[in-house]
Amino acid sequence: MSVAHVTLRGVTKVFSRPGKGGEVHALGPLDLDLRSGEFFAVVGPSGCGKSTLLELIAGLATASAGEVAFEGRPIAGEIPDGVGVVFQEDACFPWLTVVDNIAFSLRKARLAPGERESRVRDAVAMMGLGGFERSYPAQLSGGMRQRVCIARTLVMKPRLILLDEPFGALDQQTRLLMGEEVLRLWRQTGATVFLITHALDEATMLADRIAVMSARPGRILEIVETGWPRERDSRVVEDARFGALTARLWQVLRQESMKSIGRPGGVPEGGA
Amino acid sequence: MNRALVLRVLALAAAVAVLEALCRVGVIDRFTMQPPSRIAVDLWSILATGKFNAAILKTLTNAGIAFALAVSVGIAAGVAIHGLKALREGLDPLFATYYAIPVLAFYPLLIILFGLGDAPQILIGFMLGVVAVIVNTLNGLDRVPRVLLKAARIGRLTPVEVATQVTLPYAVPYVLTGVKFAVSYAFIGIIGSEFVMSRGGMGFEIAFAYNNLDNATMYPLIVLILAVTISANLMIARWEKALLARRGLA
Repeated sequence: MSVAHVTLRGVTKVFSRPGKGGEVHALGPLDLDLRSGEFFAVVGPSGCGKSTLLELIAGLATASAGEVAFEGRPIAGEIPDGVGVVFQEDACFPWLTVVDNIAFSLRKARLAPGERESRVRDAVAMMGLGGFERSYPAQLSGGMRQRVCIARTLVMKPRLILLDEPFGALDQQTRLLMGEEVLRLWRQTGATVFLITHALDEATMLADRIAVMSARPGRILEIVETGWPRERDSRVVEDARFGALTARLWQVLRQESMKSIGRPGGVPEGGA
Repeated sequence: MNRALVLRVLALAAAVAVLEALCRVGVIDRFTMQPPSRIAVDLWSILATGKFNAAILKTLTNAGIAFALAVSVGIAAGVAIHGLKALREGLDPLFATYYAIPVLAFYPLLIILFGLGDAPQILIGFMLGVVAVIVNTLNGLDRVPRVLLKAARIGRLTPVEVATQVTLPYAVPYVLTGVKFAVSYAFIGIIGSEFVMSRGGMGFEIAFAYNNLDNATMYPLIVLILAVTISANLMIARWEKALLARRGLA
């Protein structure tokens, strides 16, 4: 259970700015271990490099320095097998039906006949998409489209699921319900989940551990353990510790958020 | 039938009726134009006797070849140019000014190069259409959301698979805009060059009929060309609309 599933050592990302000259130091140096099977969330001020961190783990970007490893093997801009990503933006293919969207990633997988269909059927059932198999994404709500994207990731049976603010575009009630669904999936699949979010309560509700990141260049300031049982749902918000944990995240984050919008944090010396 | 369609049909019918009346009353004399009802009868007899079948077949075949070449070369070139940023920057201004070139002016040169056969005519039709297909393919490819490209990378698609399974399917409705142009341009190129200089085809027959004041041949052939190009255009537009509706865009 406590085997490191993903390890980051001295990971740094520097972007050069073509045309403008100069460089932007976006991230790091940063060390992080994700335990196998845990639900890990990352919160941080806007532009702190959260998404860059996710892209480095997904193999969508390459670190300028340091090493990222998944299951002991280094990821160097290669998309590792066993990693699924759900993005904030709508990533449904608009010309494909729900089932064809879900089966998209399986096109390349060599599967026994019948296996493809049964995986798609299971994912449709799991994400509550029954009855919409032949619908096109444009006929679905934003929440339903995001379910399709999650289902498309699930059929690949990923061991690590990366979620890049997947509920960012949804309304509050849908977010809570989607959060419960993700918790259920996490328990059922046994996968490690890495969630990027800007919603502190969402992080507290869902995660086992929450990393708070600094303003750019993004570093990890603190890791908060929630100590929730594995069997849990959105009702943890009623728990007395929920408020205290969320408050702790905000305490760490407030100063950083002030910095990122260019204001000094904290109460001035001698002030009220 | 919805109201817009009814209005459209009525407007067309009214225009034809006015034309018919003007011809019948003599405002438009018979040497200038036959009444539409007469043109319809003449067209029917032309098709029934098969008198111009060879000419019709030649024009439709050549236009078909020019169209198919413009579409296939245009899409392939669009995909290739989209992938090469430097080439794209170099070519964009040329595409923007391309339609300032009177392509038909090159026809005599092409006849010298390829002889007075089908090849120069097909080339003219192709040259007119291909750039419209390239430009619209590029427009469609430019619109592919970045997140779909990321999803394709996560799915470990090869560059060819990305083009055939993600970017081109996304771009199809935009490519179809270019395809509609390619239909019109193929016919303009073929008929135009048949008018100017050729040994057959509908354009040649229309020009021949014109020189001989043979309105019973000229107008039916013009109407036939219109019928073919408009039906082709409508079919593609329908397809385009169906695809956009599926995406909630129409």
